[in-house]
Amino acid sequence: MSLNEEVELLRNIPLFANIEPSKLKLLAFTSERLTFRAGETVCRQGDVGDAAYVIMDGTADVIVDTPSGPLTVAHMGKNDVVGEIAVLIDVPRTATITAQSELTTLRISKDLFFRLVNEFPQMAVEMMRVLAERVVKTTADLQKARQQGQG
Amino acid sequence: MESTIYRFIIRYSLRQQIILTIMAGLSFPFLYALYEVPKIIINKGISAKGIEYPTDIFGIELTQIQYLLALCGLFLVLVVINQAFKYVINVYRGLTGERMLRRLRFQLYFRLLRFPLPTFRKMSQGEIIPMITQEVETLGGFIGDAFSLPAFQGGTLLVILGFLLVQDPVMAAAAVALYPLQAFLIPRLQRQVNLLGKERVRLVRRLSDRIGETVQGVQEVHAHDTSALMLSDFSHRMSSIFFVRFDIYQKKFVIKFLNNFIQQLGPFFFYSIGGYLVITGSLEIGTLVAAIAAHKDMAAPWKELLTYYQQKEDARIKYEQVIEQFSPSGIAEDGFDVPHVTEVPPLSEQIVVSNLGMVDEQDNPFIEGVSLQLKLPSFVALVGPSGSGREELALALARLRQPDSGSIRIGDIDLANADSAMTGRRISYVGPSGFIFNTTLGDNLFYSLRHLPLGEPERDETMEQAHKRYVQEAIRSGNSPDDITSDWTDYAAAGATDYSSLVARGLQALAIVSLDQDVYQFGLRSTIDPVAHPDWAEAILKARESFARHVASNESYAGMIEPFDVERYNSNATLAENLMFGTPTDETFDINRLAENPYVLEVLEEAGLTRTLLENGYEVATLMVELFADLPPDHEFFQQYSFIAADDLEDFQSLVTRVKRDRLDDLKPEERTRLLSLPFKLIQARHRLGVISDETMASIVTARKIFAEKLPDDLKGKVAFFDVDSYNAASNIQDNILFGRIAYGQAQASDKIGALVGEVVAELDLYDTITSVGLGFEVGIAGTRLNVGQRQKLALARAIIKRPDLLIISEATAALDSATQQKIMASVLEEFKGRSVVWSLHRPKDAKAFDHVVVLQGGRIVEQGPFQDLDRDGSAYRQLIAAS
Repeated sequence: MSLNEEVELLRNIPLFANIEPSKLKLLAFTSERLTFRAGETVCRQGDVGDAAYVIMDGTADVIVDTPSGPLTVAHMGKNDVVGEIAVLIDVPRTATITAQSELTTLRISKDLFFRLVNEFPQMAVEMMRVLAERVVKTTADLQKARQQGQG
Repeated sequence: MESTIYRFIIRYSLRQQIILTIMAGLSFPFLYALYEVPKIIINKGISAKGIEYPTDIFGIELTQIQYLLALCGLFLVLVVINQAFKYVINVYRGLTGERMLRRLRFQLYFRLLRFPLPTFRKMSQGEIIPMITQEVETLGGFIGDAFSLPAFQGGTLLVILGFLLVQDPVMAAAAVALYPLQAFLIPRLQRQVNLLGKERVRLVRRLSDRIGETVQGVQEVHAHDTSALMLSDFSHRMSSIFFVRFDIYQKKFVIKFLNNFIQQLGPFFFYSIGGYLVITGSLEIGTLVAAIAAHKDMAAPWKELLTYYQQKEDARIKYEQVIEQFSPSGIAEDGFDVPHVTEVPPLSEQIVVSNLGMVDEQDNPFIEGVSLQLKLPSFVALVGPSGSGREELALALARLRQPDSGSIRIGDIDLANADSAMTGRRISYVGPSGFIFNTTLGDNLFYSLRHLPLGEPERDETMEQAHKRYVQEAIRSGNSPDDITSDWTDYAAAGATDYSSLVARGLQALAIVSLDQDVYQFGLRSTIDPVAHPDWAEAILKARESFARHVASNESYAGMIEPFDVERYNSNATLAENLMFGTPTDETFDINRLAENPYVLEVLEEAGLTRTLLENGYEVATLMVELFADLPPDHEFFQQYSFIAADDLEDFQSLVTRVKRDRLDDLKPEERTRLLSLPFKLIQARHRLGVISDETMASIVTARKIFAEKLPDDLKGKVAFFDVDSYNAASNIQDNILFGRIAYGQAQASDKIGALVGEVVAELDLYDTITSVGLGFEVGIAGTRLNVGQRQKLALARAIIKRPDLLIISEATAALDSATQQKIMASVLEEFKGRSVVWSLHRPKDAKAFDHVVVLQGGRIVEQGPFQDLDRDGSAYRQLIAAS
């Protein structure tokens, strides 16, 4: 896959949708493309987060360690961004991400990610939107869980 | 050392000075003759006064012409003789001066090594270096002149004066009449210049000290934005120096002015008084003219004498100022050689510290009344808060600090008077910042074994001659005659018999301090010379085979490495590597200059690639301009990612807008070169620019064959080709094992491949070999190519390898994480079973592993004893642990 194809792909990702193509090209050029095989770990819960990953192809499992053992909480696929939380705030990785099939990603280093957010306010807004959506979803899940608990 | 420069000169070069003076004396008759002969030529030869022709000289009859020619011939011979004297005297004077300079520098350096250690807290590098290097430089020249110049020039002056006296005593007296005035005035003025000269030396020393400090502290300057402060400070110092120098100039030129004035007063008197006397008829005009000529002749040696006087004063001051600095109190005043002690008895069984006291510069005590009895061998822990005196006690035990009161005795030897051979070989001390020298890691490791030259190296005829000459000269200037190329390593001290067993011991020491893995990694990244080490090369080739077998047989490595294949383009290697299919051995085929290399251009032309690569270059340039044009020039992306330096981007930008892709033929030659140089650095899999097509790759595979086949003889050896059956001397060991490139974009490829290399290395028992290659790693200035932890480990390994009876450690592992500290402590104590260790502990908890624990507080021992005795409720030791 060449740079231009990567740029096309990045443009379809909401987070990057508003960034001009030449900047996306720079993002793609300065990021490392990394392929994981099925079963390989992208990042491990508790590790220090040094990069975010854009999934360009394949699927991944998001697994959280719980007292009762590992629990798969989500599946990620093409155009999803993973690992950005630990990059944004200095917390250890909140989940383990494992490649479910062969997984092609673009690894965006912490430095680069921050620089992008700084340079492109649109990206920050988009990040906020994605995170807010997640909060809404988590809250809904929590409520559902509570109701189930009470019921 | 000798307190004045004349004492120094007389003590070490009396013979040479006498020879020089005698030579000067011997030259005078010829000099006199040189003045006499022209007179005879004019009077007898030309004017034929008092002689009749033909005349009889030594029984040979000569006509006037013949006589004249004979005299002229004699004159020529005298000129040659006089110049020959000058030449011989000058050479011998230079030789004497250089030998004395060499001796002086050696003595200063020798004393530097003997300075009591606290001296270095008051004296900085920046002051010491210029003293030994440039300040004494001019002394060499002066020392050669010290006696011979006044003898020679003074003699010359006397000869001319004598000649004048014989001609006309009155005129002779007139010619020198003003000399006393000069001799009276000049020294008085010179004294002021001398004082200023002293001041200048002092200021320049401080300046160089300041510059040295800036270099060392430049990080702080950047971190706190203090450039303006530093510049102002520098400017002020320069200003002081400027005004001192300006003063010196003014005074110097006043002296010069007076000198010249007085010199010219001579003719003034000759013309006025002599003229008056001639007119009144009491003086002949011929005598007056002769007197003026003689006065002129005397001017040169007289001037030389005055200059000599100024130089003498300058040298005297410089010498005294340097010697003053190199005579700190407490320095031993005996000889300038190091006794070659080969046998040092082991340390006795007991160390007794009695009533030890040490004070700082303000006489505040930091160790007071410390008394200890240590039975050896044992492990002793010194614990206490920082400032408790445990570090100073450790230093005192290693004799790196002299106690101010009390004593330390080892057996019946007082440590203060102990031979440095004993303390330096039976005791090892490692502090928090062991110094790492700018050489290889191995040299740093074995440094502690190099006390003496052991055995003579093998020398062929020419080397033997050179060595003899070296020794002869070294002795003549009181330098060390020891041959630096001898083997200095004391194998026996390390428990080894030869170099290879020493390396084995070195690797053990590295393992004890957990540095072996790092050195193994350095080894992997080092190149070796397969001609010098055919066995290593062979073993690494075996590793290459084995590695390839593992990769081929194990599915999990698939796609992680792309081996070199002469028939295939390697998309994880640069285009340049693909074209040459090898590694350049020097700068001939340097990747940055390939586009200028005529042979490369020839090959590209033949393969029909020139146009394609030019287009590729154009595309790369366009892309770079597109990607990087908006970034500020100091953006780190330029360094990390761009093919084009920030400074050049603008040029490329105008190039790609001016010239269209299909008009590349219009490019100027230098623009072609610039564009053509871009694609060579492309790594297809990494950069993903997609500019190199499959056809281009195929053409490059063809071109690489042309490149290899047609390589002219003078370029052979400039590229080490990739050949699966031979060792590539230009590539490092790891690349030789891989024989390919780790694939980009494969997660964990580099870890997995590294692990596989480790397996192969273990399987073929190559770990020690590669680690020993890592001993050749150049550590950089003060070891800066190593990290702080590695430096500490290396310093510790260096102390361990000489197998001291007593190892003293003071915070020598402080830069490491606590798990590593624990590990190293355990392995060091294991290694030193049966010998002694004194460890000044950062964390008191670690004292558990020691036989005897000494708790210090405020410079006093508050508690000591076996660990289990101290580890009880209410003990000072427990309190210390609670506090830490």
